[in-house]
Amino acid sequence: MNITSLLNALPGAVAQSLIWGIMAIGVYITYKVLDLADLTVDGTMATGGAVCVMLMLGGVNVWLALACAVLAGMLAGLMTGIFHTAMGIPPILSGILTQLSLYSINLAIMGFKANQGINVTKYDLIVSQRNVRALGLSNPIVTTLVVLALVIGVLYWFFGTELGSSLRATGANAAMSRAQGINTNVCKILGLMISNGIVALSSAMLAHYQGFVDVNMGRGAIVIGLAAVIISDVLFGKLFRNFALKLTGVAIGAVIYYIVIQVVLWLGLNTNLLKLLSALIVAVFLAVPHWKANMQGGKGRA
Amino acid sequence: MLELVNVRKTFNPKTVNEKVALDGLNLRLEEGDFVTVIGGNGAGKSTMLNAIAGVWPIDSGRIAIDGYEVTHLPEYRRAALLGRVFQDPMTGTAATMQIEENLALAARRGQGRTLKVGITRQEREAYREKLAKLGLGLEDRMTAKVGLLSGGQRQALTLLMATLKKPKLLLLDEHTAALDPRTAAKVLALSEQIVTENHLMTLMVTHNMRDAIRYGNRLIMMNEGRVILDISGEEKKRLTVEMLMDAFAKASGEAFANDRILLSF
Repeated sequence: MNITSLLNALPGAVAQSLIWGIMAIGVYITYKVLDLADLTVDGTMATGGAVCVMLMLGGVNVWLALACAVLAGMLAGLMTGIFHTAMGIPPILSGILTQLSLYSINLAIMGFKANQGINVTKYDLIVSQRNVRALGLSNPIVTTLVVLALVIGVLYWFFGTELGSSLRATGANAAMSRAQGINTNVCKILGLMISNGIVALSSAMLAHYQGFVDVNMGRGAIVIGLAAVIISDVLFGKLFRNFALKLTGVAIGAVIYYIVIQVVLWLGLNTNLLKLLSALIVAVFLAVPHWKANMQGGKGRA
Repeated sequence: MLELVNVRKTFNPKTVNEKVALDGLNLRLEEGDFVTVIGGNGAGKSTMLNAIAGVWPIDSGRIAIDGYEVTHLPEYRRAALLGRVFQDPMTGTAATMQIEENLALAARRGQGRTLKVGITRQEREAYREKLAKLGLGLEDRMTAKVGLLSGGQRQALTLLMATLKKPKLLLLDEHTAALDPRTAAKVLALSEQIVTENHLMTLMVTHNMRDAIRYGNRLIMMNEGRVILDISGEEKKRLTVEMLMDAFAKASGEAFANDRILLSF
């Protein structure tokens, strides 16, 4: 247990966690704004990377490839949205169905290989692990911060518009929204598309960062996203009232989550047990509001 | 004008819980009618309002509001013609959104939602004036979350939201039932004021016979999914609670059995 090995791992952990922070913002939009737990993201977190890497390997410009990745993510969200609204399937199950189908779709995109590599020296990647200690714009931490700021800025603007407000209203009170003439089904679909578009962007960046895309890279993404959202709620819930600050808090939540994981690994936890640990941590944090309410209820009765 | 023609709705059909909620209901409201609706539990009062609002499709019959055939329109499309206040103060507003945001959502009822800014400065000024008229001090708390308001404040706000964009028909579904008596009286007085000022065609469900007699120009009584009594004009002004009880017994062939109504004399 050498402290320098932990410190050495930190820049990489921060860069990677900021990329996951973008994904967590996508999760925030469905989980907090729309009040839907969307499990599509576990699939979308590989789709974005698959589309982006395969297009770039085929010679497509990096920006166009990123745009296509986002579009692919939005299509995945559309699929879940249609399952949920037009076909009346509960949201969690709708997400699971899309996620399952995305496994095959992702393999198909990757030419039926479980992973595909992309070399930073040959291709124009926007972030790369290799530059994690570089100074300036080529550093993935800097690039990712810029992308994060852009994503947060665009979302802040959007959720202040008439359309964005109707999305928030749909999540806050669907019956009231319909009474005010809002098509809640369209809002849910749109929210799922935006969320999965953001997740796909994060996926594409993660593929760039690690230099490959893997069909399993999204497994457990929803849990990481929820962890980031919950950590942010617990730490900054009272402090960050503004919507842009809340999104920032979620990204910081992802960073904190990753640093904790790094420390736990450094303390000697078997890497294979990591997902068990994540799931338990998130379960406990999700239970906290329930326990709090029960305790207050007990006091009230006494 | 509101027209309900032979409207039928059965919940849980072909099960042991089958319930005929609206049984060939006919009702016609004229422009400017303020109709109070009374009836026992399960008489179909709220079901009628939900049928008009399009919360679910009806089994058969026809509904038209202001000449528009709405029978097959989804709830969110009918909303353009309707203002609604619900029994539960939680239902009519979005608790996690600000007072002014709730109003801005209501102001756009019946319009497309675009990428224009969700609330403009001029709107804020207009809302401030309208909130001040309520006399609840809400004009100084416009960016407060609605979840922080009391039940009475929320109902007053919902009432304002329902009428911000003048509806063709206002549906008040026992909107004071969840409030304490003093607050209920205030919200009722406010409702009457808004209805009168805007000449709104209104359907108000209430469990309080006195309120049903005091407010509006017309009173209908429902039983088993149909209108069994329809009194308006001078005749309504002379109504007493006892007369309503007798009328109910005569029309339905049974005593008026509703604890809530009996207790609220």
